[in-house]
Amino acid sequence: MKLKGRYGQYGGFYVPEVLIPAIEEIEAAYLRFQKDPAFVGELNSLLADYAGRPTPLYHARRFSEQTGFAVWLKREDLLHGGAHKTNNALGQGLLAKYMGKKKLIAETGAGQHGLATAMVGALFGMETKIFMGSIDVARQNVNVHKMKLLGAEVIPVSGGTGTLKDAINEALRYWTANVEDTFYLFGTAGGPHPFPMIVRQFQSVIGREARAQCLERIGRLPDVVAACVGGGSNAIGIFSGFLNDSSVRLVGIEGAGRGLETGHHCATLNKGAVGILHGAQTYVLQDADGQIHETECVSAGLDYPGVGPEHAYLKDSGRAEYVAVEDEQVLDAFEMLTRLEGIMPALESSHALAWLLSQKGLLPSRTVAVVNLSGRGDKDVGIVEEHRPMG
Amino acid sequence: MGRYQDVFESLHRAALIPFFVIGDPDRQTSLEIVKTALDAGADILELGIPFSDPVADGPTIQKADIRALKTGMTPRKALEFVAEVTAYKPVPIGLLVYYNLVYRYGIEAFFRDFKQAGGTSILIADLSIDDAEEVAPLARAVGLETVFMATPNCPEARLKKIIQYTTGFIYTVSLLGTTGQRDSLSQLVKPLIQRLKTLTDLPVCVGFGISSPAHARQVAQDGADGVIIGSRIVKIIGENAGDKDTMCRLIAEFITQTLKALQEDSRIS
Repeated sequence: MKLKGRYGQYGGFYVPEVLIPAIEEIEAAYLRFQKDPAFVGELNSLLADYAGRPTPLYHARRFSEQTGFAVWLKREDLLHGGAHKTNNALGQGLLAKYMGKKKLIAETGAGQHGLATAMVGALFGMETKIFMGSIDVARQNVNVHKMKLLGAEVIPVSGGTGTLKDAINEALRYWTANVEDTFYLFGTAGGPHPFPMIVRQFQSVIGREARAQCLERIGRLPDVVAACVGGGSNAIGIFSGFLNDSSVRLVGIEGAGRGLETGHHCATLNKGAVGILHGAQTYVLQDADGQIHETECVSAGLDYPGVGPEHAYLKDSGRAEYVAVEDEQVLDAFEMLTRLEGIMPALESSHALAWLLSQKGLLPSRTVAVVNLSGRGDKDVGIVEEHRPMG
Repeated sequence: MGRYQDVFESLHRAALIPFFVIGDPDRQTSLEIVKTALDAGADILELGIPFSDPVADGPTIQKADIRALKTGMTPRKALEFVAEVTAYKPVPIGLLVYYNLVYRYGIEAFFRDFKQAGGTSILIADLSIDDAEEVAPLARAVGLETVFMATPNCPEARLKKIIQYTTGFIYTVSLLGTTGQRDSLSQLVKPLIQRLKTLTDLPVCVGFGISSPAHARQVAQDGADGVIIGSRIVKIIGENAGDKDTMCRLIAEFITQTLKALQEDSRIS
């Protein structure tokens, strides 16, 4: 490997020897093509014409009345595919194409990354396999159907808890046996180097756009930038635009599930301990022996016991803070944005909205908060109905 | 503790190295199974500590990990288990473990306790040669051998680095993939053994996908100094749940047959 892939002590590439040539190949290709004008030009035109960038920055006035300060939404929910995942899938898919790979695999939790990968597989004519936990297949069946319509094969993974962690395990195993012709299109800012670096880079367009839009529309930088954190790709995407602006408070919101003290949550940075999972040294939800915990969260996309290593570093350095909100708060926030703005947010993104609502009376009224509305909630209507039946 | 050198120097055939997950299906049965394997003539043991997320393992060993975890196996108990095995018979024991378990225990403490239990070598499944410095000096400081994996897709410069950090034996992976039974032997293994043999005098042991006495004999004929058999044996435990006697009988039979196949190979050469 050319680079160490470290964020302070975190990150690295803790994978079985057999995978090293595969990640070395991806690192080398990425370092080469990120500077290649043809690659950059093709990606930029895909982001604009295919995916619909730039996404708007919207002042949610009626929602802001509830928080008591100004809330602006970075509308990644309007991106083609319905979530920020398309930014990374297009970037890595194009990288795979430039590398001459014909097959894509990916893991998915909520199905948004799987959907984005399936779209890109269709676009580039690549055979695509999506690994998805069996519990997630059941609770995100709309996305499963969409992936199949797009021509991808969806492989349910029943090992472990049947969620994102197990899907990653199985995708890694498949990749190990098929490294020669298969590109692993990793969905979050975690996993072994070079994935955290690559995913951050392809998602950093969110932060770049948001910063410029703030200056243009509001005339100043925001006071707070908030984003939900599972693996952490949408958060690192928007944070990256503001990391050097020390006046901007960066807040990552994790899933407290049924409560941080109940053990039924996925708040890795709040409750985890340092360890090694899926190739990276980072915070991990684990027991005293180092066995990985089962997680629980109303939103499948956050239901993961690890977190991207750069977030671990930002937490320790104090540059970003990480808080957690419970499922009930998340459902309240989902309903509120839906009713007040006519925008149905993904349950993942609703975590960030829930934290903003919790800050009513705590943040001054002149506060400007930007929240990464990372995805839309169409996929979640069944789950919301289950928790809050309309009768 | 048993030394690899003594085994490899005294044998006039390839060493037979069965792999077991410690505590599969439960601590007591697991101990009896391991003793059975030793009584049947296993030369060296490769033992794994069960982990919740074993990414280098195929379905057979994943299931064994789950069985062992469900019946309460922990890293601390696993090291006690190693001590019981070495007290029964002082064979060399190689440990195969995922990094998070070692990290959480404390790397130095883990190595010290494993050494004290009579263990011989340590192999961390998800730690490549690039990070060998994190563990190898600590392992050597307490007198443990450090085993690393060599794979068919390793370029020569990398093989040299692996050899540089490896003591005991080189764990040679026969194929691209996870552990698990295969119908036929990988075509990639013979060229890899030959490449390694031109680069080092270290014993070369081959694992992953060795699924029959015939496979074992073939690998030995290809030049391997040892044959590591995991999933094929672990499968017997899974298929005979609740019937310890059958489990032990089938494992003893398989080991006896494989030893016979390896002896036949030595007569040919």
